[in-house]
Amino acid sequence: MDILTHFNYWAAIALATIGLYAVVARHNLIKKLIGLSLFQTAVFLLFITIGKVTGGTAPILDAAYSLYSNPLPHVLILTAIVVSVSTLAVGLALAIAIKRDYGTVEEDEIHDADSAAGTGGEE
Amino acid sequence: MNAGHLPILQVALPLIAAPLCVLLRRPAFAWAFTTLVSWALLAMSILLLIRVMADGVISYRLGGWAPPFGIEYRLDAVNCFVILVISAVAAVVTPYMRQSVAREITAPRHNLFYGVYLLALTGLLGIAATGDAFNIYVFMEISSLASYVLIGLGSSRRARAAAFQYLIMGTIGATFLLIGIGLLYMMTGTLNLADLSLRVAEVPDMRPIYAAFAFITIGVLIKLALFPLHIWLPNAYTHAPSAVSAFLAASATKVGAYVLLRFVFTLFGPEFSFERMPLMEILMPLSLIAILVGSGVAIFQHDLKRLFAYSSIGQIGYIALGISFASTSGLTGAIVHIFNHAMMKGGIFLALGCMMYRTGSVELSALHGLGRRMPFTMAALIIGGLGLVGVPLTSGFVSKWYLVQAALEADLWPVALLILLGSLVALIYVGRVIEAAYFRPPPPGAPAVREAPWQMLIPTWILLAASLYFGVHTDITVSVAERGAEMLLGLPA
Repeated sequence: MDILTHFNYWAAIALATIGLYAVVARHNLIKKLIGLSLFQTAVFLLFITIGKVTGGTAPILDAAYSLYSNPLPHVLILTAIVVSVSTLAVGLALAIAIKRDYGTVEEDEIHDADSAAGTGGEE
Repeated sequence: MNAGHLPILQVALPLIAAPLCVLLRRPAFAWAFTTLVSWALLAMSILLLIRVMADGVISYRLGGWAPPFGIEYRLDAVNCFVILVISAVAAVVTPYMRQSVAREITAPRHNLFYGVYLLALTGLLGIAATGDAFNIYVFMEISSLASYVLIGLGSSRRARAAAFQYLIMGTIGATFLLIGIGLLYMMTGTLNLADLSLRVAEVPDMRPIYAAFAFITIGVLIKLALFPLHIWLPNAYTHAPSAVSAFLAASATKVGAYVLLRFVFTLFGPEFSFERMPLMEILMPLSLIAILVGSGVAIFQHDLKRLFAYSSIGQIGYIALGISFASTSGLTGAIVHIFNHAMMKGGIFLALGCMMYRTGSVELSALHGLGRRMPFTMAALIIGGLGLVGVPLTSGFVSKWYLVQAALEADLWPVALLILLGSLVALIYVGRVIEAAYFRPPPPGAPAVREAPWQMLIPTWILLAASLYFGVHTDITVSVAERGAEMLLGLPA
């Protein structure tokens, strides 16, 4: 029933949940970033699905085609992909800096190092 | 200069200035250039506010495309006020940066720092100026990405960990916003905020709209750092360079509050947000908890930047509380507090930067005896602190006055009592600062400390003098805020 006709939506929800779960549950900073990217990509899939018109072609201006998909979500997602790539780049750069400073990219080891240093730490 | 293009120049100027700034290799040149840009932005925002107060809403068509198809920049009393707050803070903090940044950021490439700072400014101004939902998302990510970098530049290694934590939470928040915008677009076929507000009401199946409302609200609350979504904030503000803490504390969360106002009132409308969705029932307890817990945790902090970061969480609670009343006096209180808190907290973090500059520490114990040795810095810190408590004659009193009034109007006297209780808790942590600065002798063998340089003291005092001035002359801020509140509630102005 719904699962087949709305397959893309279910896929987007599943991917978003997996991504978000990875962000929360993993302690490795790189794995967190992978989860974050997965989460963002799932949202892109949602947008692209919104733009799809059943039986429509790509939005090409030609007399032969009258039914075409909505190009606006595609354009939005091109922008969002740029944002996502930049986020990933900044995140990885920070992970490299953390590895350089702490010698690890495991979150619990970073916490341990901070509380061992005892510089006004909380949590 | 053609005044008609001011709305877009406001955003385009820092955006173009950012790469130009990177080309200026000498730190002094990059700093001077950034200062000039920030002053130009302040001048523009004052012109814009004057025009909006005189002629009403300005609608600017980007590239000449008519809304709702093209991107529209829509300036009214609320966002002009927010733009003024951001550019005023930037115009004061940028001159301060020269010495503070030179001392605290060890990397040799200061031109890159100023470039990223200008990008953060672009994003914040863009969020405030635009009338397009997707544009808000893009500008929010521009400002957030720039602030992750700025925070990560702090001298301690914990700055990098704090920036990473903020990056994860900030990106989740922005992506939630994107999901919400996608759902709205799916149901209405438009991204223009004004157009959306008309069409949302006509949607036959409301379920995706409810989902959109939930996603957008949660996404924005992460940016606003309302309890319990605040956990990125204390680390970020504590470990960022002092000037960056001051700038972000005064501007970034304020823009978050603005986006919340815009979506809740302009787009969904008060009737939808508060009667069909339980926004008041959610927002009010969370803000009250934020006020009490944020201020309460602040009492036990030893690091002053962390202390005032937790106090920010409490103060954000006051802003969110004002929004949750959905009444004219509540919203007036919230908008006025956006301005007042920006001045006070910006001033406080600048004063802490002065302390960091001379003593190399912002620990509470480093305050001992500083009341005599750095009298101007400490007086600034205390004035800001009293403003946070809401002592009469400071601007913090004005906002709390309106909030208490709104609570009494809504027959919620326990809420009014909790607002007052929050002030008492704030009095405790400010009292600890006063005690340490004035009533403790300096530790024996402490190195001699001089007053901070005047280039840093003047910006600090400008912000705090503004907070005192607007505590006495309330008519300017309150009239703008009242007009904004009436417009948001859809009342005839």
